[in-house]
Amino acid sequence: MELDSLYQEVILDHYKNPLHKGLPTGEIQVHHVNPNCGDEITLSLAIKDGKVTDLVWDGVGCSISQASASIMSDLVDGKSVEQAGVALHEFTELMSSKGTKSGNEDILEDAIALAGVSKFPARVKCALLSWMAFKDAAIQNGAEL
Amino acid sequence: MTSPLNISAIKRDFPIFDQEMRGGKRLVFLDSGATSQKPLQVMDAERNFYSTNNAAVHRGSYLLAERASEAFEGARARVAQFIGAQADEIVFTKSATESLNLLAASFERSSGTLAIKAGDEIVVSELEHHANLIPWQELAKRTGAVLKWFEMKQDGSLDLSRIDQIITSKCKVVAITHQSNVLGSVPDIAPIIEAAHSVGAVFVLDGCQSVPHQPVDVKELNVDFLVFSGHKALGPTGVGVLWGRHALLSQMEPFLYGGSMIETVTMTESTWAEAPKRFEAGVPNMAQAVGLAAALDYLDGVGLERIHEWERNLTKYALDGLHGIEGVKVVGPQGLENRGGVISFTIEGLHPHDIGQVMDQYGVAVRTGHHCAWPLIRKLGLTGTTRASFYLYNDISDVDIFLESVTGTRDYFRGR
Repeated sequence: MELDSLYQEVILDHYKNPLHKGLPTGEIQVHHVNPNCGDEITLSLAIKDGKVTDLVWDGVGCSISQASASIMSDLVDGKSVEQAGVALHEFTELMSSKGTKSGNEDILEDAIALAGVSKFPARVKCALLSWMAFKDAAIQNGAEL
Repeated sequence: MTSPLNISAIKRDFPIFDQEMRGGKRLVFLDSGATSQKPLQVMDAERNFYSTNNAAVHRGSYLLAERASEAFEGARARVAQFIGAQADEIVFTKSATESLNLLAASFERSSGTLAIKAGDEIVVSELEHHANLIPWQELAKRTGAVLKWFEMKQDGSLDLSRIDQIITSKCKVVAITHQSNVLGSVPDIAPIIEAAHSVGAVFVLDGCQSVPHQPVDVKELNVDFLVFSGHKALGPTGVGVLWGRHALLSQMEPFLYGGSMIETVTMTESTWAEAPKRFEAGVPNMAQAVGLAAALDYLDGVGLERIHEWERNLTKYALDGLHGIEGVKVVGPQGLENRGGVISFTIEGLHPHDIGQVMDQYGVAVRTGHHCAWPLIRKLGLTGTTRASFYLYNDISDVDIFLESVTGTRDYFRGR
């Protein structure tokens, strides 16, 4: 079923047991919402020695938005700003591919499971919400993305 | 259950149903609360206007301009008749949202009894769609007026216990919905209208969810303004209606300025045409107004009483089904009392967006999220609901597929 390409096992696993989810404690906290469906995320992180660290997020939303936040935070936390930027770019490209790309697993790791989302235009914003929050927080912390 | 409506014949009038949805499924359209589908008769009316009558209304002296004006004014008279009003009380706007913005902007600019100034009070309710909340919020901010509201109870009704404190002598405008677009609940507006009038305030009724589905007569309701949208009533997009008592419209300042709405113009000053033209700047959405008139003909042809009764049957059947599905909760009114053909529900542990996605695989089109009524959703302690709304083209098999898709959605995530 077409639906199974959207709701892959790894997505539902991240949805049920989200990583890096907690109370953001960083000095700079970003808050992003998806006004279409009311999904919200608050996120904070630190940039130390050119690396993304201490990424914590909290939020409410559908399985896609919550799984994407979990996958994203697990992927970029601990990576260099440059590597995180490459992943961000790769993921945004994947989401705008309308199902024509499968994503580079070396760069995106678990996030390639979200490739199916790009076939459902109404859900792309759900998947991108946390990534945009990450981008915003990284820039506010002085990273050049 | 046999329908008093000939639904298979009705469905044939709506070409949207002649196609397959995802997975080759037929369309089960349960989102008429957001917008309705359009019958051929409406499309033909628009096409006919463009094919034979198209010209800018109220301008040229040639035959086509006469025909266009006649068609447009005929549509105005048709709308008036539909809600028990006079033609010169009907203002065509682009949407119900614009109708409400028009009122708020005009009250700010008007003098006399309708003027809003610092310290005045504006009353809404927690049931309101954003379109009947934000224009008043902003009006209050701009003028220094105070925004007050009736609170909603868990069953979707309004708490009227403090009506005397909410509607006081400072109140100038009360704007309330005729039916919640989220829960389908129908608030008890009669005592609110009475209280508003007793302090000299005007009452604005948001009829977006009622006018397309049941007979509505502005005189019987004793309201002062009524707004509704054409596209929710089988009509085209791009046309909304504002009805107001003529004596009130005549006191009101324009909302948009430009052609058609003037009486005289010099380089420094202008004066305004009589209502309703005063509120219709620019060449209006003529074909859309004509299409709306055809939509109202269609609704009257089927019969609004019968449509309303049929929607109640569908709602009862759907409610009974939902109450029997473990893990599913109906939000708002649980039964048929004080409600229309709209049902919001939740499935335990599932986000509405995921629910809508899986239901789509069954060809079922429902609305998910906060339904442009975020304060109401927050009040219920939810992040959103899934909403099914019915109309004259829905039949019992639609509800059966809907119920099957709800159970299927619950099990899809349970099993994984």
